[in-house]
Amino acid sequence: MLILSVESSCDETAVALVENGRKVLADEIFSQVALHQLYGGVVPEIAARSHLEVVTLLADRALRTAGRTRADIDAVACTYAPGLIGAVLVGVNFAKSAALALGVPLIPVHHIRGHIAANYLAYPELEPPFLCLAISGGNTLLADVRGYTDMSVLGRTRDDAAGECFDKSARVMGLGYPGGKPIDDLGRQGDDRAYDLPRPAVHGDDPYDMSFSGLKTAVVNIVHHAEQTGAELDKAGLAASLCRAVSETLVGRTMRAAEALGYKNIAVAGGVAANSRIRADFEAACRKAGRTLFVPPLRLCGDNAAMIGAQGYYEYLAGHTAGPDLNAYATMEL
Amino acid sequence: MTYTTHSESETEALGARFAKDLPGGSVVALYGDLGCGKTAFVRGMARGMGLDAAVTSPTFTIVNEYEGSPRSLFHFDMYRLAGAEELFDIGWEDYLARGGVCAVEWSENVPGAFEGDEIAVRFEKTGDDTREITMEGGPDLC
Repeated sequence: MLILSVESSCDETAVALVENGRKVLADEIFSQVALHQLYGGVVPEIAARSHLEVVTLLADRALRTAGRTRADIDAVACTYAPGLIGAVLVGVNFAKSAALALGVPLIPVHHIRGHIAANYLAYPELEPPFLCLAISGGNTLLADVRGYTDMSVLGRTRDDAAGECFDKSARVMGLGYPGGKPIDDLGRQGDDRAYDLPRPAVHGDDPYDMSFSGLKTAVVNIVHHAEQTGAELDKAGLAASLCRAVSETLVGRTMRAAEALGYKNIAVAGGVAANSRIRADFEAACRKAGRTLFVPPLRLCGDNAAMIGAQGYYEYLAGHTAGPDLNAYATMEL
Repeated sequence: MTYTTHSESETEALGARFAKDLPGGSVVALYGDLGCGKTAFVRGMARGMGLDAAVTSPTFTIVNEYEGSPRSLFHFDMYRLAGAEELFDIGWEDYLARGGVCAVEWSENVPGAFEGDEIAVRFEKTGDDTREITMEGGPDLC
């Protein structure tokens, strides 16, 4: 089954062709990051407008890359939630039109389920059940993936997403946007004990919930104190300390959940999975605990449409298709 | 009216008291730098309004909706917006027409977006954990 898939929930427009949920025939991405760097963040109106300009071009290019024609497409899948509503709508409406014109099923896919499914593309042998930590600029959640379309959230951030913590800290430190990569690069040159940053404690009944807002505030305080007193800021040390604090929270919660639920397989998904400190810490922790770690390659960690095609296949098998009245949603439970 | 809080949970509690009897249709414009407690204040507002919701930062999605009866809460974040025009592009007037409480973080990024009947809440960091929170308009909490 050949699925044409579309992703447009944030600053990446992407179209892919995926066969039977596992084999990527084409994976086209147009990134708006260069546009957004001008503004120090994603600008929603620009995002929607730019998605609209490139989505059909990307679809044609995907078909050429795969050496297929429109007649070969068996279904169309798209991200329908969550994301910037104007941006998501572009992909949803393109997918609706394409499905209607081709006379094939339309498959709505949850963006985070797509990130989890990126692991199926990278690891042909991986099948549910497994535990998955999804970490990106807008989301931080730990999912109990019991089946391809049967999953629930074990814990999530109570405030800021892990990627948001990196982005906002980078902005305060003058490192630009997006902040994940510059913090990671700088952090690798620094002492991860240079600054004593808080490990955000979360009170209440949810043992796997996380918090990153206090960490961001601590970084802001350190930068402001340095500015006020004229003391020199050890930026590399601060970046390294921040990566360590974020990583310890994420890895700690995930390993504890794996232990409690008895999961052998642990997957990581989302853009923040590209962080080298988090990857290294996960590798070490899994080695020590005798668990198997799955982390997709960098290209599949960021937003892409191949992951939507992968999850779309399993949603289709589960009967999760939609009609032309499909809507887009800014927020939606996993 | 100016209030001083000494922790995130105190900021949250102030938000709860503030929103408890806030009428539907209120626009609350929040001003203040990164890490000043704006999201914590809105989390408190949700609690004060009796909404059982996990309020997280809306920076990525621009707006999070928390449905409730009789009042819903619409939590906006203008951090990534470049002007009032973009607020209208994301359907601001539709949200106003729905009669919920609109809490808008980073209102400084959308000057001129409000019509003068909004309640302004300004957050100022006076120490690592202490915040001075000034309200112009809105309920008297004393």
